[in-house]
Amino acid sequence: MTHATGYNFAYLDEQTKRMIRRAILKAVAIPGYQVPFGSREMPLPYGWGTGGIQVTAAVIGADDTLKVIDQGADDTTNAVSIRRFFARTAGIATTERTEAATIIQTRHRIPETPLAEGQILVYQVPIPEPLRWLEPRETETRKMHALADYGVMHVKLYEDIARFGRIATTYDYPVLVNGRYLMRPSPIPKFDNPKMHMSPALQLFGAGREKRIYAVPPYTAVKSLDFDDHPFEVQAWDQACALCGATDSFLDEVVTDDKGGRMYVCSDTDYCGRRREAQEAAQ
Amino acid sequence: MTAVHATDGLLPGFADPVLDSQRVFRAVLEATARPGTLVELPLHLEPPAPLDAATAAVMLALADYETPLWLDGTAATDAVAEYLRFHCGCPLVSDPAAAAFALIADASIMPPLAAFHAGSDEYPDRSTTLVIQVATLTAGEPVELSGPGIRDSARLAAGAFPPDFPRWVAANHELFPRGVDLVLASGRSLAALPRSTRLEW
Repeated sequence: MTHATGYNFAYLDEQTKRMIRRAILKAVAIPGYQVPFGSREMPLPYGWGTGGIQVTAAVIGADDTLKVIDQGADDTTNAVSIRRFFARTAGIATTERTEAATIIQTRHRIPETPLAEGQILVYQVPIPEPLRWLEPRETETRKMHALADYGVMHVKLYEDIARFGRIATTYDYPVLVNGRYLMRPSPIPKFDNPKMHMSPALQLFGAGREKRIYAVPPYTAVKSLDFDDHPFEVQAWDQACALCGATDSFLDEVVTDDKGGRMYVCSDTDYCGRRREAQEAAQ
Repeated sequence: MTAVHATDGLLPGFADPVLDSQRVFRAVLEATARPGTLVELPLHLEPPAPLDAATAAVMLALADYETPLWLDGTAATDAVAEYLRFHCGCPLVSDPAAAAFALIADASIMPPLAAFHAGSDEYPDRSTTLVIQVATLTAGEPVELSGPGIRDSARLAAGAFPPDFPRWVAANHELFPRGVDLVLASGRSLAALPRSTRLEW
């Protein structure tokens, strides 16, 4: 194992890791509850995944294989630099293949390839508190969680219906974990919400600036809030992916010229690339 | 590294404190995320009697100066106190409700779960984690487990506990989201019963 000299394994000092590890264990024991932790300054700015990177640093070991995605892509700046950060400070193996990874750190997507038991999905979370835009005071939101008083969120979704005729929230769609805690799934598209429900993988969430860690254990009920007459539904596209032809994946709209030309492609680059490889191999 | 067999004097902790702590944490995380699953200790450790290797490893991996530790009568020997004070630097407390971790070396005469800190409604995470050393994780009275982390159902046959233990665990689960979390250790094996798990005897 080779890693950068002058740093501890995976960058963080041991006392910090222990503190984060204890927070993670409590988070797993209380699914959906946000555990406060002593977030450290990291060598990247807030908003670039300082929470996720601290969770990954506390969890990762020498035998792990890490995949990092940013909006589904393995090859964007944020994903590349975080992957390289751990390759250098922990000397661990990295991959772009979803099923080859033991830990997947993600910014705002869940991979299309189904996750398996034993995998850990680490989310980068900007704002962990689902009620924050409805109630700015931490003392109040804490009390609302203590009393499971989530009526205000239903009112917000109802106001969407009153105004637009449908629930207009499309990402960071609020979920109820294990029938108890209201949770923000981080800004993943609501397309990904069903993948959280009864997932075989362990899901950990880290918010660095807001200093919160929360978790969804494997095989835990994650219900997207809705109404009987306005059930939760996910986005659908008329198009298939322009590159691989997938009709079941989350598509990004890419503007191709200044004359209104555009194409839709899979946001999950690993999924799209592997489908194209398989198609080329079949020809 | 050569093993130290001294019966008096301080026994060594982890051979590689960084990587060994991580391995043990992952074992506890796996056990907590999948209640009822037996996880094998991924390293060798020779702790002072009466601690088993798994029991001591959990403490070495997770306890430090921020976590007041309560020891039950069986664990509270000079050798154990010295070992944990030296390797973890954790303060030892006499009030179980003031402890972040409680180490119980003899499960059969353990105090009720209500004696420990269950956290508050606002901060349910500020509760005691009990590390309970049991005689067996496989040959005790089998219990049916359900809850987060368990797909259909899981079984655990740990023992032996006081006769009132099922009632304590049910009351602890009833408190959710408050409550204490249990890590069970025996020999080189670990299992966990977080507060979210429902037990049927």
